Formats: sequence, C-alpha cells, structure tokens
Amino acid sequence: MIKKSLLHALAVAASMLAAFVVATPANALVEININKGNAQPLPIAITDFISGNELGAQISGVIAADLQRSGLFAPINKSAFIEKVSDPSKMPRFEDWKVINAQALVTGRVTREGDGRLRAEFRLWDTFAGAQMTGQQFYTQPENWRRVAHIIADAIYKQITGESGYFDTRVVFVSESGPKNARQRQLAIMDQDGFNVRMLTNTKDIVLTPRFSPNRQEVTYMSFEGQQPRVYLLQLETGQREVVGNFPGMTFSPRFSPDGQKVIMSLQQDGNSNIYTMDLRSRTTTRLTSTSAIDTSPSYSPDGSRIVFESDRGGRQQLYVMGADGSGQTRISFGDGAYSTPVWSPRGDLIAFTKQSGGKFSIGVMKPDGSGERILTSGFHNEGPTWAPNGRVLMFFRQNAGAGGPQLYSIDLTGYNEQAIKTPAFASDPAWSPLLE
Amino acid sequence: MSRTYTPAMSRMQTLARNPAVIALTLALALAGCANKKNMPNNAGDLGLGAGSAATPGSAQDFTVNVGDRIFFDTDSTSIRADAQQTLDRQAQWLQRYPRYAITIEGHADERGTREYNLALGARRAAATRDYLASRGVPASRMKTISYGKERPVAVCDDISCWSQNRRAVTVLGGATK
Repeated sequence: MIKKSLLHALAVAASMLAAFVVATPANALVEININKGNAQPLPIAITDFISGNELGAQISGVIAADLQRSGLFAPINKSAFIEKVSDPSKMPRFEDWKVINAQALVTGRVTREGDGRLRAEFRLWDTFAGAQMTGQQFYTQPENWRRVAHIIADAIYKQITGESGYFDTRVVFVSESGPKNARQRQLAIMDQDGFNVRMLTNTKDIVLTPRFSPNRQEVTYMSFEGQQPRVYLLQLETGQREVVGNFPGMTFSPRFSPDGQKVIMSLQQDGNSNIYTMDLRSRTTTRLTSTSAIDTSPSYSPDGSRIVFESDRGGRQQLYVMGADGSGQTRISFGDGAYSTPVWSPRGDLIAFTKQSGGKFSIGVMKPDGSGERILTSGFHNEGPTWAPNGRVLMFFRQNAGAGGPQLYSIDLTGYNEQAIKTPAFASDPAWSPLLE
Repeated sequence: MSRTYTPAMSRMQTLARNPAVIALTLALALAGCANKKNMPNNAGDLGLGAGSAATPGSAQDFTVNVGDRIFFDTDSTSIRADAQQTLDRQAQWLQRYPRYAITIEGHADERGTREYNLALGARRAAATRDYLASRGVPASRMKTISYGKERPVAVCDDISCWSQNRRAVTVLGGATK
C-alpha cells in the first residue's frame, strides 16, 4: 500500500521534473491520433532499464504491457534489438532502431539510493527525428516499482498521444466467489492491470457498487451488514468505516460529487426510490427527486453542475439529466429498450450506460443531450461501465451465458480493443480511480 | 415454470393429511423446474431428511403447508392471482400464530442491472407487505428487505430459473415486538 507521504513524495518528484526534462520541440513525427478508432499501433522499442539486477527488465516489462494493452502501441520483441544500450543517458544509435522500424525508443536506468529508495529515470526518443522527446526521473520505495513503471508508461502515452494516461490508477471492485446461489462478495482493490489485488472486506456481508472519492483515499459502497442495506464510507488507508447518513430505509447506488464533499445515492421507502445527497461535512441531507418511481444510479457531470440518473417514471428505465439541485429533470434516452447505470465521462463530453434491448445487455455512450448514441459492446450480459480518468477507455463486467460468474473487461471508446482483466476470482462492479494530479 | 410450482402447491393443500408425501411432491416439482443440481435454498426445510410431519404452527408447517414465497412476472410488482392465494393462506396462518414477526424478502432475477434490481426487489417486498396488511396482518409484525438479484435460488441462464428468482419470500422471524 502506498502511504500518503509517499504519494506526496511522488507528486513532488513529478513536479520537480521540469529541471530534468530535456525535451526537444515536438516535431510531430511520432504521434498517435487516438480519435481515429482502429489506429495502427505505433511500433515502440522498450529496452530493459539498466540495473544491477532483474528489476530493470521487470520495469520495462510493466511499461510494455501497459502500452500494449492500450491498443495504441506495438512493443517490438527485444530479440530484434540491434543496439545494446549500456548508458541510457547517451544518444542512441538511431539507425539501429530505424532499421527495425521502431518509431519510438525508451531507455532507462534504475538505481538504489543511499537511503534505500529507488531512483528510476527514463528517456523517450523519436528515432526518425533523432531526438529526445522527454526524460524524467522518480524516487520511490522499492516495493512501489510497479507504480513507477505505470507512471513512466503514462508519461510516454501522454507524450505521444497528447492525452493524459491512465496506467497509474487503481480499480475497486467486488470479488465474487462460491456458487451463484451462495455467492460471497468482498470489496477488493487492484492496480488497473490486475496486479496487487487486496481484499478490503471479509465475506460476511453482501457488498456492492464501490466508487472512489476524487482523492482516491476513500470508497463509498453499499453493504448488507446487520441485514440493514446501507451506504458506507471506507477510508482506504486506515480501514475505518462509517454509515453515510441516518436514513429510514435502504440506501444504495452511492457516488461522490466531483469535489468529494457529498455522496449522492438513492433512498428506498415504501417501494419508491428517490435521489438524495448528503454533505459529508455538515451531514445535511437534500432530497433531489420526488416521484413514486425508481430513481437511481445518479452520477455528476465533472463540473458538478448536473446529474444524470435512471428512472422508470415513464415506464421502463430511461436516462434523465437534472441540475445539481434537482431542477429541470429531462429525459435524454429515447432508443428501443431500457437504459440504466449512467456514468458521466471525466471529460464531460459523454455519458456511458448499460442498455437492455432484444434480450441483450450492451455498453454504450451518448452525448449529455441524448444524441449520438453508440453501442460499444453487446452480448448476453454486459453491465456497469466505469471510465478511465482520461475518458478514453471504459471498464465493465460481463457474464456469458453458462459462465459461473462475471469477469471484468475494458474497451476503448472507439469500440475496439476489448480486453479481459484477469482477477483471482469472479469480479463485478468495477470503479476506476482518478489519476493522482 | 412457476406455473408448475403453483399446481403443486394446490395439490399439496388437498393432500394435507400426508405431509411427507407432500414434501416429496413439492421437492420433485421444484427439482423438475430448477436446474437438477440447484435445489431451492429452503429444500432442507421441506422435511425430506426428517420425513416427519410438520408441527402445526412451526416454521416447517408454514413453508410446506402454506407456502413461503410468491412469484412475479418480468419487471412487475403486481401480486398475481396465484400469489394472492398463497398470501391469503399466509395471512390466515400468521393470524392463527401471532407469535411470529416476519421479514419479507424481495428478489429480482438477473436480467436487470444491479441498482434497479435492488429497487425492484424493494417494491416487490412492499407490495407483498401491503397485501398481507390488507388481509389483516398488522404492519408492526412485518419488516421488508430487498436483495435485488444478489440471492438467486435457481442458477441456470434461462427463463425457467429467472421466473423462480423473481420472488418475495416471507421469512418467520423471532417473537413479535
């Protein structure tokens, strides 16, 4: 587990990079336009970081895996490499890399500082322009070597695509084990690539729908603890838990406001479900919808001014948008079928949803005004999308007919590059963390 | 498939003098419509192992001779005619044995999204509670809880299982508060 002080240290290290960066002006020889859909992945050579042990190769392995899974990069097999890099701060022999069609080259070094910390540095080279694109260094505790690799992968992704990365992120989800009619559920957290899985709760109570706070330090979720289904708050660092609010019925479907000050959720009373917020500081609750329908799955726009939610007030479940104060509730989904679990993109431009139609469950996106609906994947059961912090990739859970349980998948906004995320047990309800700024 | 369950229930009424036979009939009917290896989770309450008659007023009596659950149509919270008969029997039994408080569990099948199904299960539990109240069961004896789609009894991936999972189960609790 990464401690706050360390997070801080990393942030500071990142912010002090400017001095080290020896960037040449981007001459746009190496770039990827990620809006182009099925873009041809960019051939990139990622050399083993120079180190006295296996760590150098491990770090470059994590970087290569991140970039490859993004679908935008094609790491070149190391056996094709001609130049054996021995000093990563020296200009490489670009001809040797051009001849194997490496458009970009990554070199690096990892060393142990006197105080025990790791120092990892890397350089990203544009082989055809014959110039360095960026170079950065990081200090961290040795056990966080994977995290440093993810940060470096993010830096490469950003340099080449012009978009923020999403590799230094985590996913909180529900780990499911046992037969379907006696399923046990635990909250779990892992790195976005499926490594470092850690259970956050035991198997005693049903737990559902975990969501990160904007600062990644807390998770709000629903638990059936004490046969009283309610929304909880969990501090990741301390493990401290508390009930959110003192409501007279089941509370469910929680999510944080973008400023982290409120939890928005549904309250069920006498068969009706309406949407409420609770201010975490003042503990005041505010009712936002007031219908005899099922209003649930609220999700804020990134600027906090609007809320998308699902409601069956018109018959089947449809998506509605309202102001943050509950004003102006307007239906936005009008296609065939039922729409649910809307999630506003961190970029603000799209809303992802689950759609049930023709006996299938699909994941799709539409604009906040309901136009431009696109289905990204469809099948027996796909549910519960969550956005990568750059708004380019979605994760969701899928259960195939006859499968024993659900699994996590990711897919690009373009509908390409669907990837299964391996977890130790069945998994559902993924929620992607924000990037640490 | 819940329709095969209902005749079994009514046949059970006519055969009430031989509970062991009834229990077996009911169990077979359930096994027939569920995936073979996936018995309802109350199968153990059906008296198969003991082979003994349910004591009137016992939890076993309620489950076997009255019927502890009703079923719903897809995405519906209406109490069907067959369910009304079951709830009428529940109401009579609960009035005869006032020592029980009850919890009504609302459930949904898996063909919906998680949050909606939690709300749908809550609606089903509330509709069941309201019906029992209208038949004279004091509201103070009744609690409701929704499990959404999280507690299926039948686990296959087709309608034969989904129809068994769309249910409200009346669970006898401790003493009336």
